[in-house]
Amino acid sequence: MSAVTDAAAPQPARPFAQPVRDSLVVAKRNLIRMVRIPEVVIFGLIQPIMFVVLFTYVFGGSMRIGGSTSATAYKNFLMAGIFAQTVTFATAGSSAGIADDMHKGLIDRFRSLPMARGAVLTGRTLADLVQTALTLLVLAIVALLVGWRVGSDGETNALRVMGAFGLLLLLGYAFTWIGALIGLSVRTPEAATSGGLIWLFPVTFISNAFVDTANMTPWLRHIAEWNPFSATVQACRVLFANPGQSQSGAWPMQHPVWASLIYSVLIILLFRTLAVRKYRSATA
Amino acid sequence: MPGAIYAEGLVKTFGDVKALDGVDLDVPQGTVLGLLGPNGAGKTTAVRCLTTLLRPDRGRAVVAGFDVLEHPNEVRRSIGLSGQFAAVDEYLTGRENLQMVGRLYQMRAGAAKARAAELLDRFDLADAADRTAKTYSGGMRRRLDLAAALVVSPPVMFMDEPTTGLDPRNRQLLWEVIKRLVSGGTTLLLTTQYLEEADHLAHDIAVVDHGRVIARGTSDELKARTGGERVEVVVHEREHITVAREVLSGFGKGETTVEQHTRKLTVPVTGGAKLLAEVIRELDSRGIEIDDIGLRRPTLDDVFLSLTGHVAEAKAEESEAEGQGQAEGQGQAEGQSEKETVR
Repeated sequence: MSAVTDAAAPQPARPFAQPVRDSLVVAKRNLIRMVRIPEVVIFGLIQPIMFVVLFTYVFGGSMRIGGSTSATAYKNFLMAGIFAQTVTFATAGSSAGIADDMHKGLIDRFRSLPMARGAVLTGRTLADLVQTALTLLVLAIVALLVGWRVGSDGETNALRVMGAFGLLLLLGYAFTWIGALIGLSVRTPEAATSGGLIWLFPVTFISNAFVDTANMTPWLRHIAEWNPFSATVQACRVLFANPGQSQSGAWPMQHPVWASLIYSVLIILLFRTLAVRKYRSATA
Repeated sequence: MPGAIYAEGLVKTFGDVKALDGVDLDVPQGTVLGLLGPNGAGKTTAVRCLTTLLRPDRGRAVVAGFDVLEHPNEVRRSIGLSGQFAAVDEYLTGRENLQMVGRLYQMRAGAAKARAAELLDRFDLADAADRTAKTYSGGMRRRLDLAAALVVSPPVMFMDEPTTGLDPRNRQLLWEVIKRLVSGGTTLLLTTQYLEEADHLAHDIAVVDHGRVIARGTSDELKARTGGERVEVVVHEREHITVAREVLSGFGKGETTVEQHTRKLTVPVTGGAKLLAEVIRELDSRGIEIDDIGLRRPTLDDVFLSLTGHVAEAKAEESEAEGQGQAEGQGQAEGQSEKETVR
């Protein structure tokens, strides 16, 4: 028992390094799980690919984008929306994962350890971010294969394209904090899976992702134009130089890059605070 | 001076259910307290309050010298918790699980690694160290969970129903581990539904029901409270019950009770084995044939029954749920109380 006490002696507390280290330990744990349960990642990939194919070929012919009814114009319009929807759907993974950890008693184990308060959730969201990046990469390749091109409606460059993906990842990261809060709040992993997903449909559909908001009823259009999700979609279209950018005078549509950044940071601040508070009092 | 685990007036309410209704505990360093009670008595809630997982509504708790509410992180550094449900990550290997816990106890990577290897060895998990915990049997998982609680050799340990659902062999194994732990100076609070387990492992026992401690003391003290030893006789013929009753009442220190359908008579006595011999001779001289006779000290089952007015319900549920394995465990338990009788 006591022979190892020296080796087991805790490190001196380092107030800044500890939260980072603890988060990385938890992130590593979640990444190992991801590798061992590849189904989750694979299903996470199939869904957006299906959306790309379905929207492109089913809706493509009948949509009017930027005055053009060509399927190519819709394809180039659509991708920013699909990318953004994909990163937000990662939320469901976080909520299901955290609810599962609660259910299995792992959250109790973590909470009984002398670790940084937010590290379990930060570790989870960081691992989800890695998965989101991977999904986005595969999706971008599929989009290129079906004919999506950046710069189809003006000039762009590599930096702006990278910037767009950066905004997408930031949005995805922000949404996983919402997922974390949902996961901590529901009673069962099953509830987290559906509860983590359903609210995303109105959020991603009452937006500029799949259709031009100009054709919506005014009240709905206002919601869509101020929807944080729409700001990122608009920012991506601007940075990719893809067609169908909103001409609306609403501030987020006029300054989409700033709006996207501000929205995402606000979501992280708000939901991280709520989720960490919830975590501290969480009971399985 | 308060003990290694000290609680005063803990109250915790969930909605209109009072899970804890003023619990006081005091566990001296290096001893084992068995928290005994049926499902829903408040055992787990008490453990959750003491391990910083739950804030009590009222009351105070000090663990390893730190106030649970004021210095939760210092408490966490000094405790190990082994839960009712094996809280290990089933997609990590045994080794990865222990290393992760070590890192989160703020150990250096190298130290966490060495400690994990050592614990895997000690808990007989070395062969399975690099398999995911998903492939482990129930007993292996429980051992891994316990190993995770011991990563930093904490001075204070909490075990919430460590052997619930384990087969007798694995339960025995875990008991050995726990005993070794305590002989090394660890203070342990153990919750259990198994009266036999508390009897076996704990120095002191606190009986909990409806969120309150309704009795406390050593196993012997509690048994004494229920009354001393008694003679139990099962007669062969139903017609002999009346005569046997007469005989027993002559020796007894109290009323003789009769169970007609099992032909069993019970009477409280003092005088031990010598008296038992006399009873046998007397019954024999009256020509009463007996199927079984014994001197019994009260079991904790009896204690529970006399304290709460109901049997430890959990036991009935368990044995239904677990069938054969449980039945064997019970047999063992009786074997042990039998031995005590002889002593």
